Parts: sequence; structure tokens; C-alpha cells
Amino acid sequence: MSVLVYTENWDGKFKKASYELVSYATQVAEMLNTSVTAISIGKVNDDELLKLGGFGATKILKADDQHLNGLDNQAYTDIIARAAIEEGAGVIVFSHNNTGKALASRLSVRLKAAVGAGLIKLPVSLSPFIVYKKVFSGKAFAQVELKTEVKILTLMQNSFELVEADSRAEIVSFAGETGVPKTVIKDVQKQTGKILLTDAEVVVSGGRGMKSPDNWGVIEELADALGAATACSRPVSDEGWRSHDEHTGQTGKIIAPNLYIAAGISGAIQHMAGISSTKCIVAINTDSDAPVFEYADYGVVGDALKVLPALTRAVKEAKSK
Amino acid sequence: MKILVCLGNVPDTTTKVKFADGAALDKTGIQWIINPWDELALTRAVELKEDSGNAVDQVTVITVGGKDAEPTLRKALAIGADEAIRIDAEPADAYSVAAQIAEAVRDKGFDLILSGIESSDYNGSMVSGMLAEFLNNPSVSAVSGILIQGSEVELTREIDGGKEQVVVPAPFVAAVQKGIAREPRIAAMRGIMMARKKPLTVIPAVDVNPLTEFVKFELPQPKPPCKMIDAEDIDVLVQWLQNEAKVL
Ligand SMILES: Cc1cc2nc3c(=O)[nH]c(=O)nc-3n(C[C@H](O)[C@H](O)[C@H](O)COP(=O)(O)OP(=O)(O)OC[C@H]3O[C@@H](n4cnc5c(N)ncnc54)[C@H](O)[C@@H]3O)c2cc1C
Repeated sequence: MSVLVYTENWDGKFKKASYELVSYATQVAEMLNTSVTAISIGKVNDDELLKLGGFGATKILKADDQHLNGLDNQAYTDIIARAAIEEGAGVIVFSHNNTGKALASRLSVRLKAAVGAGLIKLPVSLSPFIVYKKVFSGKAFAQVELKTEVKILTLMQNSFELVEADSRAEIVSFAGETGVPKTVIKDVQKQTGKILLTDAEVVVSGGRGMKSPDNWGVIEELADALGAATACSRPVSDEGWRSHDEHTGQTGKIIAPNLYIAAGISGAIQHMAGISSTKCIVAINTDSDAPVFEYADYGVVGDALKVLPALTRAVKEAKSK
Repeated sequence: MKILVCLGNVPDTTTKVKFADGAALDKTGIQWIINPWDELALTRAVELKEDSGNAVDQVTVITVGGKDAEPTLRKALAIGADEAIRIDAEPADAYSVAAQIAEAVRDKGFDLILSGIESSDYNGSMVSGMLAEFLNNPSVSAVSGILIQGSEVELTREIDGGKEQVVVPAPFVAAVQKGIAREPRIAAMRGIMMARKKPLTVIPAVDVNPLTEFVKFELPQPKPPCKMIDAEDIDVLVQWLQNEAKVL
């Protein structure tokens, strides 16, 4: 029995979330007295693959067949299912991101394995096997029992600390047979040079209180000073003031940064549902009764258009010290 | 072309949830709505049908639930679905819901099977992919656009930091998210009247065991009150963020 973890790559690279995931898988494996095998699909060079060893993977299955370069949920499930069977995996770990959700769900049916979806910490107990997650978009937590022999866990991003390990990983080529991929990727559009909202440790976000898209300069300047990503509330993206990619909340992106600065955001429950795992929330609002202050750790009552530039100045000053 | 939309019946997003004995949702006083992403999926399905350039003949909605889920199905009919199916079982977990739907729709000629990417109650995001696997159909997740181009259906798939245009052969299952439709459609009076006459079929459940079980629910700990900083003293905020919260 082992723990298998699917480590997605982005243009041949892993990122912090990948290492969090391997750290998590390693801790689960320790609870079960077993080892971690990672599976990587698509083209990733060996130096990059070996980095997974630094977080506890001892074996890395490399499935880099040409036809697997674009995500095809069925073909990827074929490969991972086969790896799980060959490795005798008792637990299979995915990230709770778009790819992880798409694959974990198929694999669950393929292997008749229960899924603990969107977990925020290690299993609470092993027998019975109980996992821990948020439900109702962060309004409550739940313990869920997984009742099958093989279990699938999907981990929320930014919910587990990196744990470095000094294991050495061995890379093994893996050529599981798959059906012919049916997904034809006709075009790819990528943003470049921007910090991804879902990866960001610091996020500066604006709501309708920013009044107009022309006022976003003060948000961007603060984000630049902090190395932060930018976000917004739903009406702001609905109005087309900002791109839909920035919409945070229950129906937008769910994020878990260390710091979230909410400017001109009232704090509607649907907005806060998207940031309920944030470590520290700062609210800037002209209305001292705005609900956002019930969620915030630090609050400033004032005009965001004045407070944000002052904050940018103070951040730059503090950083230059 | 026939489109199926899977609908979840969930508590209104503003509900303050409570749990009976910490083990199950206390349903008293809850307003039920169509899961917000499923509502977007339905809106797009109805838009696709209304566009006469597309050969969409029918939009069917399906849910797994007791009689109390019927108002949600009627609402979907009022928004523009042509027929509704209720599978008569309590939705126990994603696996059993997907298994029930798969049994009900297998070989019924649906070309596009849509559902929302997540349900706002238990936040699992699993039903869509599970259903696809039960049906052995291709699946595409995080879909923010659907266009019918002749016999081909082109999908926009969201990836980290970008988008892809993809095509998969029908029949397929797609999990849709924000962007798929501009805003959820609101039922008009005429729609509500017409919905009463549209077919709502109840079909019996098949025997499937859930693979998971909720054993306990907890509410978050109350958080300490927000510390206020004078707008004229922003330096203090930066100091606190550095030294107290340690996030800078
Ligand atoms: C099913 C459903 C799902 C939803 N999903 C989401 C979601 O995912 N994300 C989301 O964000 N919303 C969502 N909403 C909408 C949500 O209910 C709120 O309407 C929305 O979050 C409000 O956005 P806002 O805070 O930007 O605007 P408002 O509520 O209009 O608040 C603006 C705030 O700015 C303050 N303000 C005004 N001027 C200034 C100034 N000069 N300086 C500082 N502050 C100022 C005001 O005091 C006010 O508090 C959803 C709603 C529903 C029904």
C-alpha cells in the first residue's frame, strides 16, 4: 500500500501548490506508515521532477508520452488509475483545483473509491477514515467518513504548509496505456507576467465603492508595492470594470492568501465566502457599519481613494528600511 | 440536439446554517434555490435553444431529491426548460447522485450534459466528472463558454492564468462556471404560467450505496473583533501587519 499523488505541471514547471500537495501526501503516508509515489503527466524535465523528492516523494512516475500533452480527462484518468493499481495505492491525492476536481471525480467511479473533496487538513482519524473540510462555502466545517478501501483526497490550495524532506526520489518512466484522447485543444490564451490570483500570498481587492474603473490605479499601485495580485467583487466584474478572472467569492474564485485587502467592498456573505480561509483581512470602507468589518482583522474607516495611496506610501517606506 | 442540465437544490446563499445535533443540516426556515452555477448552466442551455441558428430541440432538467425539490424544478421550467425529471431519492453523496442520474439518462440521447462546477452546500465539485465516468463520456471541466458551430460544440475551458478553446465529441459532460452566461435568467410571469403545464416526471431511484458519510458538522469559532486604525495613521497598520499578523 502506498500514497499516490498527482502532480500537475504548468508548462513543464511545478509551483508552490505542487510542493504543498506532496508535503501533504507525505504526511498522510507517514500516518499510514508507507511511502509516497508522485505521478507526473506530460513533458517535465528530470531536474524539475526531482524537486518533488525534496518534499517527500520517493518515487516519481513519469508519463511523458507525446499524446498526453493536453489535458484529456479520460486519458489522464486511464493513466492515473493504472498507476494506482500498479502501485497498490490506498490513498490518492489531488489538488482541489480545476484539473484535480475533473480527474478525482472520474477516478472515484473507475476505482469505486470514496472522495474527500476540498480538504483543509490531514485526516482526523484513520479507522474509521475521517477527513475534514469546509462546507456551505466556509460557513461551517464537516467531518466526512470515507467508507471504501481506496480513498481519494483533494486538497484546497494554500491550506497546508510546505514540509521539506531529505528523501531522494527515483524517476521511473511510466507508459500506461490510454484510450485515444478526445479533447482537441484548438487555441490557448495565456496571461503572462501577472501574479495569479489563486497563487498569490497577498491580494488587493476593490469593490463598487471604488466608484469607477478609472480609479483602479491606486489598487494596482498598492499591489505592485506588495507584490500582490488584484481581485474584485462580483458587481465590479459584472459591470466590466475588471476582468472576470478577478471576481472573488462564492460564485467566483475561492482563494486563501495570507493577506487580503478589501477596499470599497461591503462584505456580502457571498463575497466573504470566497476568502474565508484568508489568514488576515484588512477592510477599508467609508461606512463604519459595513459588514466587512465583522470579518476583518484590521479596519480603516475612510475613503479608499485616499487611504490606498497612503498605504502604498507607508508600505514602500517600511520596505525600504 | 438535446441538452440535459443537472440541478442541485441548495439553501439560499445568505442562509445562516445550523445543524441538528451537529450531525445534519437543520432545514427549518431555509429557502431553497437552484444551485447558482447550475442556474447559469440552465440559462446558457435556454439561450442556446432560443438561438434559432442552433439545432437544439429540447432542454431537460434533472435532480435527485424528495418532493420538496419540486419547486426548484418548477422554477427551472419557468426559466425555460422544456421538461423536468425528479429521481425520487435523498441525495446522499456525489457518487450516489451521479450514479442515479447516470441510470436515468443512459441511452436517452442527450448530446450535452451540463451542470455547475460546484454545489454551494457541500462544495464537492464531483458530480459532473463522476457522471461522465459512469456514462463513459468525455468530460470538460471549468467551462466558461459554449458555442454550437454546426455539428461541433466549442468550449472555453479555464486553466490557471488563461483559457483554452477545446472541442470534444458529443455526447459529453461539461461542468460550467462563471462566464458561461452573463447573469442567471429570472423567470417571467409567462414562464411561470407555462411551467405549470410542462411535464415533471418522477422516476424511482435505483439501489446505490453512498461511499461517504457526514459524521459531524461544526461552526467556526467566533473571531476577535476587528482592530480599527485611524485613516491618518496608516503607518500603524503597516507595523501591525508586519509585527503582529506577520503577513508582510
Ligand atoms: C447567488 C449569489 C452569488 C453571489 N456571488 C458573489 C460572489 O461570488 N462575489 C461577490 O463579490 N458577490 C457575490 N454576490 C453579490 C453580493 O451579494 C454583493 O452584492 C456584492 O458582493 C457587493 O459588492 P460590493 O461590496 O463591491 O458592492 P456594495 O455592496 O455596493 O458595497 C460597496 C461598499 O463600498 C463602500 N464605499 C463607498 N464609497 C467608498 C469609498 N470612497 N471608499 C471606501 N469605501 C467606499 C460602501 O460603504 C459599501 O460598503 C452574489 C449574490 C448572489 C445572490
